Amino acid sequence: MADALSQADVERIAALARLALTEDEKILYARQLTRILEFARQIADLDTRDIPPTASVLEQESLERADCERPSLPRNDALANAPDAAAGLFRVPRVLGDGA
Amino acid sequence: MTVWTAREMREATIRGEMSATEMCRESLERIERLDARLHAFTTLDADGALARAAELDRRPLAERVVPLAGVPVAVKDNLCTRGLRTTAGSRMLEHFHPPYDATVVARLTAAGAVVVGKTNCDEFAMGSSTEHSAFGPSRNPWALDRAPGGSSGGSAVAVAANLVPLALGSDTGGSIRQPAAFCGVLGLKPTYGRVSRYGLIAFASSLDQVGPFARTAHDAALVLNVIAGVDPYDATCSVRPVPDFTASLTGDLRGLCVGIPRDVVGEGVDADVMRAFETGIDVLHERGAQVVDVTLPHARYGIPVYYLVATAEASANLARFDGVRYGFRAADASTLAEMYERTRDLGFGAEVKRRIMLGTYALSAGYYDAYYLKAQQVRTLIRQDFDRAFDRVDVVALPTTPTAAFRLGEHLDDPLQMYLADVFTVGAPLAGLPALSMPCGFTQAKLPVGLQLIGRMFDEATPLRTADAFERDTDWWRAAPDSPR
Repeated sequence: MADALSQADVERIAALARLALTEDEKILYARQLTRILEFARQIADLDTRDIPPTASVLEQESLERADCERPSLPRNDALANAPDAAAGLFRVPRVLGDGA
Repeated sequence: MTVWTAREMREATIRGEMSATEMCRESLERIERLDARLHAFTTLDADGALARAAELDRRPLAERVVPLAGVPVAVKDNLCTRGLRTTAGSRMLEHFHPPYDATVVARLTAAGAVVVGKTNCDEFAMGSSTEHSAFGPSRNPWALDRAPGGSSGGSAVAVAANLVPLALGSDTGGSIRQPAAFCGVLGLKPTYGRVSRYGLIAFASSLDQVGPFARTAHDAALVLNVIAGVDPYDATCSVRPVPDFTASLTGDLRGLCVGIPRDVVGEGVDADVMRAFETGIDVLHERGAQVVDVTLPHARYGIPVYYLVATAEASANLARFDGVRYGFRAADASTLAEMYERTRDLGFGAEVKRRIMLGTYALSAGYYDAYYLKAQQVRTLIRQDFDRAFDRVDVVALPTTPTAAFRLGEHLDDPLQMYLADVFTVGAPLAGLPALSMPCGFTQAKLPVGLQLIGRMFDEATPLRTADAFERDTDWWRAAPDSPR
């Protein structure tokens, strides 16, 4: 398992998580996450060869429903909480450049 | 102060002794008088609640005979309520008005309950004190300088302070049982899959489960009868039939075998908490239960496993908060990527960011096997420990928390210390088991102590029966803080 997290590590994780952090936050999270991961490291010593992971505790019991058409959420309801909507669509900043 | 149970309120409504409107007004009046100090609620719906109560009162008597007729309830603010603001304790959702009800909310309403408002919680249910709510902390009604526990602290406070007799919370690593213990009420986390998660704002999908806060085991059983059962909107909700949980409350504990994992509770537990726990176990023994020792050798790994699994799932679930479809959006971003990053930076609080990053790290290339996969394997060992214990016993008993309610701010600068408050509660959700916390006494400082009972998968009836029998021989469940001090 990893050693102490550097600020660069935190920057990389924040970028993966799409979080913009201040310099102070990077320092704080590097210290706190290192401490939490050091604590988590105690599981490394356990012998888990041949132990299957638990993704779900349920021995499923698959729940199925009829494959038939049903009404969806009305478009106006779906858009009602949007920070920016127009013409029945969610509006976001431009993704492609003018010349694209 | 009159302390009503939900059962008494329901019966009074049905007999016509007290209308749903009168009960709703009484609840709203107490909230108005006390909540400025307690901050149990984030949003009140006084007009809507009174309208629903009046509608119930207009029904003919035969139509009023429903399981929760006229009972005022509060709902944790991470459960969607159609048209009623649902924040999950986050600035990200400060102005979010869901277009639908969570299944549990729809079922409560159909059963005659009157939802009076939404209760405060740690942001996206991440926390053990309700101090991580973006709208300020709730306060413990037994001592206002203490935390009520979390993340469902507002719901626990609402019941403990007698603002409502019932409230819903959600439990991922202990978020119903720990605040129930800190506030001196009963909190039940059902078996994973027993209750629909549709409309619960997801934190960790393999662990989250909705459950009730109540004053008595009977009231909790009433709620579970209503909210449990298959839901076509949640594919992880079990198809198993739902028994009548109130029918299991016989008061008889003869033949019941209670297991105490002495290897787990051996150290680190406050002396007052341990004393109340042992006295509680004596009560169960005197009522006819056999008490034996069991071992849970991997329980000590519960905290690291929980915080790796839960944060990994949280990092995926919270990816949806990007400022596009609902919730907060940062202004003046010139690119889509900048909009995502600034929205999430400004919209999320510190604890949520910390957990998202921990989960992202545990899932990232190079670390997945060492952290996430390993944690899921140790989760299997924890489950197997419980399987072996339940070969011998019907219920496992533990203190709910190692200490009584800590002071507000006491653990805020040290996240790991805060996480350790969940040491006795994370095992049950990792194994998917039902568990409840019931009041079993007080510390010398007059802070409530909780006794936790964990049952077999889909056997909520046994912990409930045990708690009900306990209530018949004790008065802890009646204790209520007269006036918040």
